[in-house]
Amino acid sequence: MASFTVSRALQRVLFGLQRVSFKSRCHVNTTVSQYSTVYDSSEKTFDKILIANRGEIACRVMKTCKKMGIKTVAVHSDVDSSAVHVKMADEAICVGPAPSNKSYLNMDAIMKAIRQTRAQAVHPGYGFLSENKEFARRLAAEGVTFIGPDTHAIQAMGDKIESKLIAKKAKVNTIPGFDGVVKDAEEAVRIAGEIGYPVMIKASAGGGGKGMRIAWNDEETREGFRFSSQEAASSFGDDRLLIEKFIDNPRHIEIQVLADKHGNALWLNERECSIQRRNQKVVEEAPSTFLDPETRRAMGEQAVSLAKAVQYSSAGTVEFLVDSRKNFYFLEMNTRLQVEHPITECITGLDLVQEMIRVASGYTLRHKQADIPINGWAVESRVYAEDPYKSFGLPSIGRLSQYQEPVNLPQVRVDSGIQEGSDISIYYDPMISKLVTFGSTRAEALQRMVEALDSYVIRGVTHNIPLLREVITHPRFISGDISTKFLQEVYPEGFKGHQLSDSERRELLATAASVFVAAQIRSQRFLGNLRVSGSQQERRRWELSVELEKGVHAVTVSHSGSTYTVDLDGMRVDVSSEWNLASALLPVTINGTQRTVQCLSRNAAGEIELQYFGTSYKVRVLSKLAAVLSKHMPEKVPEDTSSILRSPMPGSVVAVSVRPGDTVAEGQEICVIEAMKMQNSMTASKTGKVKSVHCKSGDTVGEGDLLVELE
Amino acid sequence: MAAFTVARSGGRFLRGLFVFKGLGTGRYGPAVSAVRSVTQQQMRSFCVGHLSVQERIEKKRRAALVGGGQKRIDAQHQRGKLTARERIELLLDPDSFVEYDMFVEHRCSDFGMEADHNKYPGDSVVTGQGRINGRLVYVFSQDFTVFGGSLSGAHAQKICKIMDQAMLVGAPVIGLNDSGGARIQEGVESLAGYADIFLRNVTASGVIPQISLIMGPCAGGAVYSPALTDFTFMVKDTSYLFITGPDVVKSVTNEDVTQEELGGAKTHTAVSGVAHRAFENDIDALLNLREFFNFLPLSNQDAAPVTECHDPSDRLVPGLDTVVPLESTKAYDMLDIIHGIVDEREFFEIMPNYAKNIVVGFARMNGRTVGIVGNQPKVASGCLDINSSVKGARFVRFCDAFNIPIITFVDVPGFLPGTAQEYGGIIRHGAKLLFAFAEATVPKITIITRKAYGGAYDVMSSKHLRGDVNYAWPSAEVAVMGAKGAVQIIFRGKENQAEAEAEYVEKFANPFPAAVRGFVDDIIQPSATRKRICRDLEVLASKKQTNPWKKHANIPL
Repeated sequence: MASFTVSRALQRVLFGLQRVSFKSRCHVNTTVSQYSTVYDSSEKTFDKILIANRGEIACRVMKTCKKMGIKTVAVHSDVDSSAVHVKMADEAICVGPAPSNKSYLNMDAIMKAIRQTRAQAVHPGYGFLSENKEFARRLAAEGVTFIGPDTHAIQAMGDKIESKLIAKKAKVNTIPGFDGVVKDAEEAVRIAGEIGYPVMIKASAGGGGKGMRIAWNDEETREGFRFSSQEAASSFGDDRLLIEKFIDNPRHIEIQVLADKHGNALWLNERECSIQRRNQKVVEEAPSTFLDPETRRAMGEQAVSLAKAVQYSSAGTVEFLVDSRKNFYFLEMNTRLQVEHPITECITGLDLVQEMIRVASGYTLRHKQADIPINGWAVESRVYAEDPYKSFGLPSIGRLSQYQEPVNLPQVRVDSGIQEGSDISIYYDPMISKLVTFGSTRAEALQRMVEALDSYVIRGVTHNIPLLREVITHPRFISGDISTKFLQEVYPEGFKGHQLSDSERRELLATAASVFVAAQIRSQRFLGNLRVSGSQQERRRWELSVELEKGVHAVTVSHSGSTYTVDLDGMRVDVSSEWNLASALLPVTINGTQRTVQCLSRNAAGEIELQYFGTSYKVRVLSKLAAVLSKHMPEKVPEDTSSILRSPMPGSVVAVSVRPGDTVAEGQEICVIEAMKMQNSMTASKTGKVKSVHCKSGDTVGEGDLLVELE
Repeated sequence: MAAFTVARSGGRFLRGLFVFKGLGTGRYGPAVSAVRSVTQQQMRSFCVGHLSVQERIEKKRRAALVGGGQKRIDAQHQRGKLTARERIELLLDPDSFVEYDMFVEHRCSDFGMEADHNKYPGDSVVTGQGRINGRLVYVFSQDFTVFGGSLSGAHAQKICKIMDQAMLVGAPVIGLNDSGGARIQEGVESLAGYADIFLRNVTASGVIPQISLIMGPCAGGAVYSPALTDFTFMVKDTSYLFITGPDVVKSVTNEDVTQEELGGAKTHTAVSGVAHRAFENDIDALLNLREFFNFLPLSNQDAAPVTECHDPSDRLVPGLDTVVPLESTKAYDMLDIIHGIVDEREFFEIMPNYAKNIVVGFARMNGRTVGIVGNQPKVASGCLDINSSVKGARFVRFCDAFNIPIITFVDVPGFLPGTAQEYGGIIRHGAKLLFAFAEATVPKITIITRKAYGGAYDVMSSKHLRGDVNYAWPSAEVAVMGAKGAVQIIFRGKENQAEAEAEYVEKFANPFPAAVRGFVDDIIQPSATRKRICRDLEVLASKKQTNPWKKHANIPL
């Protein structure tokens, strides 16, 4: 890669040239930086592929299959029978009931579906059976191609202990730690003492942050050992744990590799995935702001040498932790297509799914390392159905009553497997979509992300757009000063939503007042009704009171045409819009600045909920008279919740550790709720006696359900 | 001055008419003194030594505006309630209220009532007319600060006057109830007053919409006026409706019950079904009432209102294609369908907490008011029982009386079986819903979303009851009963029940049997439902249908 050694100024020119040559050679016809599937009809691959997955990744794989002229088979659980991936596929087979271990992990049923549909190959997507060597072995036994690496590589890399040993041998930098299985909590404490705190306890078979705990002392080690082994057992059916040095304040940067069955391997540059919560990625970007060409190449070359060491074929990802001095350590290798693969596709122009299919059918790689460009910048936001105000995201469920992806914006890619009317259930990952934006520079990509997030309409479930928008507009993120502890450091008290500046607050209040007036004016417009008072002139001036978070502002609104002039605390704000009150998106021009606001709800009592800067604000707009009189309205006392423990999310009860009559101390564990395979310990908010227990182990509970009552 | 001139010119045709501007004495005060400075000089020349008529007028007006006095107003506020006038001002468009009978006083002379300090100009109710979003409405608002809002002969007379006027011009009447009951000092006079109001409620029924908003106590015979009106709304925590209060209950039946339990908003909206909806507080209630008023026509001679609509009438609703679960035993929320189809997801639900197995309420389609009735599969499988039949029937009759098209969403497994229902008279109560749908002559559009089983299929605005447009979704199953029950009867004692069941499902668990007979007009894609309904409503706008002449029908009460 000559380009990486030349000066920065030259790089741009070179990248530009590379892009042109790359495009012309591969007949790219999509817009800049979109991945492109180059279908060569002389290259015969498969006639029919079964996709052993659901949701967005199943849809993503099918898109490429369709472009390559390959028939697709979907498998699905009974609750997914009208899911998007089922509709998209040429054939669909139900493989069992909702719980994934009875459907998407049900190998017997999936094998049967393969035989029934005579699919020649299986793409496993990510998660589920994607890194299951037994599945790969069974496919091989029946002569069906597994679109992924062979069993040997899956096994070698799937085991954290073994993979580390192999990595060491392949001269890949590794983290200091204990290379073996930890038997019990006491041994864990001993080993932790030897390595030195902090340590990371993680499942040997793990991935995706599940079964992973950080411990800073002996007590936390014991507790972490217990939780991790339970989680590991329930998520992977394998409770073996290992311990290693926890690298404080690291970045998580990974290298995409692509290898064929003929010993060729490429690195497709890095992805920066440092923005995480509970070890799960939230925002990813490619390339990383942190890597210089030398480090990038060093990481890439180590990744390739690891891939070669295990005779890797197909697409894979080598994850590294990078410390502030750009030392990097091998973390693990994911032997599958990653969730965040689109950003690599955006900057390289490759279609990774297509390359996986080609490689699986035995073709050699079409590219040389020098062909792999970095074209511009791509950012991915994982849009989740979860409440970002609770530990940066606790799962939420519901029906997407309204759903509109911002795909009409330029340079935006949305990978999703849901549509308006879809249900986000407790059974599967609560991801709504992967929102990817790209541009020739990082700033451009981020600006598009802001616009895309603002224009993304999601109603019916709580989502994490408020958090995503805050992260990508945070000065630290913009300057590239990030680490895996970004969220804890930036929001030590937990995420509280966008904090309004004075002028933003004014704009918000003015917009709310304008929406109110627009609605009032419209409610006086009756068509063809002769019995409406003719003498009444349309009001030109409105005296209102606008309330936001206990702050009350006197406001006057006057309007001419579609422009509302709002006088607020002596400041003038002009708000203009088409005032289409039925549209989910409300494009407004506030003092000449265009913004996309969403009106989430509006009711007769003057409560208007606006999504503004990604965060939703409840504003109350009243006429001046109503505001004056509202001081007489009785205060409604909310329920005292300190003695009540409610489920913060939908999930199932794993354990209840108290019985009625027990005395509990503040902070004592009361029960454990498992949601989306994460175990959450529910603790008492005060010291007291247990009055009643409303759940038992094995129950399914909804958000807000009463679990335990204290006296 | 402006206020006064209007009052004078208005007075030519309406004696005692007065334009009420502003709130309370604070705002009225300066206007009064301005008037006085001009008039006093003119008057003094021929009224020397006496309080001039003009001054007396002003004095009375000022007295009327403060009702029972500042102390009682403060007490009213402390209870979390607004005064009669504040309520009117919030309810109506600014400056639109025209008050009647400000000078009316009670005529009781017993128990010292004739004393001057016991007379309040206007007595214990404020009446008049005004506008809500420019449309005419008559209003009475009982004043709790004057003798606890108790109903005197004069009070009743004032209410009757505006009701008579409302009938003459064809405009709705809204009553804001806040009254301790009858004026005991007046005895039978007060009872006569109630009856006069009841009679007017009854004669106005079906001619003009009548709405009651209970904003304080409403007890004894007084409750029958709200009960006779079309809609009764309540304010949470501050309003009560009961025939006899907790004290009497205790002495007669020895039951211990609080006012709230006996007749609070929760009781009446969830248990008794007396009230149609409850709101958080006075302001919330009045603002919601304004919104609600926009759905209603002014009288039975007026068409349902059409407002400006921003929601495209041909909007497809993709979410509806997946809303009905594939397993026919699985529940879903009918409100998801309703919200998806109506303009801007705006649905004013009536009785949301009572008989939840049926959903009724108002919405708009392409700006035009429609009444929506839907079985709710989420609650008791959406079956029809006594309460849901009565709830549905009353709503359908209101819509029919006031030219509001009815859209019915059907997913009904049948009538609820059991002794409780049979003993309770499900036969005659179920007949009410059947009766209401059958006699209705407004445009009727029906969509069978899933189950339409047995007699309940007939009842739910079927083709056979003069449904104008009847659609089935592909998930519709029109049959006498579910497959399992049917097979047990047809193939009693035979083996291979499962096979027979599959055959039955194949034959009947789909929309075809109804479609081939023309009992549904079309099988439509759920996502296109909004578009189809909007188009049909446009066509049906000119529908004319009349029932044979009769004095009145005899609905099975």
